[in-house]
Amino acid sequence: MALWTPDPTFYASPRDAASAPAEKLAYVAAFDRAAEKPDAIAVLDVDPDSASYGSVVGWTDLPFLGDELHHFGWNACSSALCPGSPHPHVERRYLIVPGLRSSRVYVIDTKDDPAAPKIVKVLEPDELAKRAGYSRPHTVHCGPEGLYLTALGGANGEDGPGGIALLDHASFDVLGRWEVDRGPQYFAYDAWWHIAHDVLVTSEWGTPSMVEDGVVAELLLGRKYGHSLNFFDLRKRKHVQTVDLGDEHQMVLELRPAHDPTKLYGFAGVVVNVEDLSASVWLWHRDGDSWAAQKVITIPAEPADASSLPPVIQPFGAVPPLVTDIDLSVDDQWLYVSCWGTGELKRYNVSDPFNPVEAGSVRIGGIVNRAPHPTAPDQPLAGGPQMVEISRDGKRVYITNSLYGSWDDQFFPDGVGAWMAKLDSTPDTFTFDERFFPHGDAFRGLRPHQTRLQGGDASSDSYCYP
Amino acid sequence: MTDGSLAALVALGAFHGVNPAMGWLFAVARGFQERSRSLVLQSLPAIAAGHAASVGAVAILIALTRSVVATQALAIGGGAVLVGFGLWRLLSRRHFRWVGMRISLPQLAGWSFLMSSAHGAGLMLLPVLTSSGTAPAGHDHGLAASSGSAVSTGVFVTAVHTLSMFAVAGAIALVVYEIVGLTVLRRAWFNLDRLWAAALITAGTLTLLTAF
Repeated sequence: MALWTPDPTFYASPRDAASAPAEKLAYVAAFDRAAEKPDAIAVLDVDPDSASYGSVVGWTDLPFLGDELHHFGWNACSSALCPGSPHPHVERRYLIVPGLRSSRVYVIDTKDDPAAPKIVKVLEPDELAKRAGYSRPHTVHCGPEGLYLTALGGANGEDGPGGIALLDHASFDVLGRWEVDRGPQYFAYDAWWHIAHDVLVTSEWGTPSMVEDGVVAELLLGRKYGHSLNFFDLRKRKHVQTVDLGDEHQMVLELRPAHDPTKLYGFAGVVVNVEDLSASVWLWHRDGDSWAAQKVITIPAEPADASSLPPVIQPFGAVPPLVTDIDLSVDDQWLYVSCWGTGELKRYNVSDPFNPVEAGSVRIGGIVNRAPHPTAPDQPLAGGPQMVEISRDGKRVYITNSLYGSWDDQFFPDGVGAWMAKLDSTPDTFTFDERFFPHGDAFRGLRPHQTRLQGGDASSDSYCYP
Repeated sequence: MTDGSLAALVALGAFHGVNPAMGWLFAVARGFQERSRSLVLQSLPAIAAGHAASVGAVAILIALTRSVVATQALAIGGGAVLVGFGLWRLLSRRHFRWVGMRISLPQLAGWSFLMSSAHGAGLMLLPVLTSSGTAPAGHDHGLAASSGSAVSTGVFVTAVHTLSMFAVAGAIALVVYEIVGLTVLRRAWFNLDRLWAAALITAGTLTLLTAF
C-alpha cells in the first residue's frame, strides 16, 4: 500500500541523507560454500545501546541449496524523489537478493518483522533467461523506471555477454534486457549512474566460465579478464564510450560515482595489475566532450616467502593487495579501499578526487599476515576486508571477509573462516569497534558477503538534487 | 460561464499547480543542478505550455462535442470515462518515465504534456465544461459558428485554468528554490496521487449526477 507522505528513508540530497539517523539493523548475505545448507540473510544488531549489539539476531534461510548469495539491494530508494517520474510514496521494504551461482532472485520483505524478513517471491533462473537473456545476477540498483539488475553471464547456452536486466518496481517481474545497443561491451560486473546526467557506467569482471571455478591463471596472465569501463546513455540505453584502462589492469569491479548529482566523476577499483601484482583505484571524469579515466591510487604488492603463499600465487613471491571492493561516503569526502589479499582496509581523503590522500589504515586477516581483531588478539584471521559498507552519516564502516566461494578456496586453501567487523570513522580517527566482532559460529558456518544497512547506506541510494 | 465555474477552474488549476509531479519539482531540480534561478524561471512557462496543450485539447474536444450532441449524452459518456480513469489512477502503480534529466525546454514541455495527459488533468475539468450554464451561444447560427464559439470557450477555459496552475506552481517553485529547500519534500509531499484519483472520480460522479 502506498504511503501518505514519502518513505522517511528517502532523502532529496546527499546532504540531507548524511543527517539520517543511525541504522539499528544490518542485513548480511551469507552462503554455504558446500551447498549442503541453505544460504541465508543474516540480520545483525548494530544498535550500540542494545543488549545484543554486535550479534546475529535473525536469520532468513532460503528454500534452495547452492544459490551463493553475493550482492543485493533495496526495492526503492531516494531516486524515487527524482522529478521526471516521481513515486515517493512507495516503501523501502523489500530486499532484492540474487543467487550469483543459481541465477535465482529472491524478494524478501523486511517490514513486518525487520529482524526476521520473509521471502515473498522467488524468480526462477529461466525467467531471467527467457525475458532478458542473462544469468548470474549480481548488482541491484533502484532506478528511475524499475530495478536494474546486472548479470555476469548470458543464458540459453551462451556464456556471454553479461549485462543489465530491468525488473518491474512493483511486481518484480523481469521486464527484459535493458540495453538497446550494447556496443562492444561483453563483460559485466557492476553498474551505477550519474542519474542527473542520464549517464550509466558499467565495469567488467569475466563470464561465468572464467570465474565460477576460481581465477584461471592462463586467462589472467593472458590478460583476458575485463579491463574497461563502459559508458551508456541512461535514457536511450545506448553504449556511448568504452574507456580501456589497459589490459594489464585485470578485473575492474566496484563503481562508486559521486553522490552529488552535479558532479561527473567516480571511482573504480581494479583487482590486479599483472605486470607487478599491484592494485589500483581509478577516477573517471569528463574530459572535454568525452570520458576519461586516470589512476589515482596504486597499492603495491607485498613481498612474501613463497612457502607462505597458496599455490595460485606461489610463483610470484609476493602477496597482491587484491582490491576487491571500494566504497565512497555519502558526502563524497572519504573513499575506503579493501585490500583482501594483504588484509588491509585503507581510508583516503578524496575531497580532491584527482589527488586522494591516505588518511588511515587498519590490518585484519590477509593471505600471509593473518592479522587478528583487537577483541581476540590471539586468534589469527583468514580472509581479509572484502565488502565495505558505510553508514549514511559516514561514521560507521562495516566489513565482511569472504570474496567468492571458489576464489576464497584458492587464496585461503586452509579455510577462509567467517567474520564481520566495524570501524568507527571520524576525520581524525579510524579504529576498530572492539564491541563489534561477530565471527566463527556466529555465522553458522556460512560465509558473509555484502552488508546492507536498514534505511539505506552509502552504496544503495542515488539523489537527483544537490 | 458562471462565477462558480470560474472559481472551480481556478481551484483546479491551483490543485494541479501544487502537485510536484505536474512540474514545479522538475523546474526546481533544473535550477539546483545548475545553481541558476533563471533556469527555474525558464522551465515554468514550458511546463505550463505542456499542461495547457493537454488541458486545451480535452476542453476543445468537449466543447466541440457539446455543440453537436445533447449535453446529457456528453455528461453521461464523459462522466463514465472520468470515473473509470480515476479508478485506474487509483489502482495503477505504474511509474511513467518518458525523459531523462538533461532535457531541453521543448522536451520539458513535451514531458509536461504527457504527464498531464496521463494524469487526466484535462478530464478533471469535465464537470465545469458540461455544466457551465447553457450551451455555447449561437448554436442556432449553424455548425461553423457554433464550432468557432466552442473553440473560444475551450481556449478561455484552458487559459484561466493554466494561469492559475502556472501562478501556483511558480510560487511554490520559487519558495522552495529560494527559501525552504527540498528537505521540505520529506514532510510535505503528500500522496496527491490518491487525492488526484479521488478528484477524478468525484468529478465524474458530479458530471453523471448533473446529467439526470
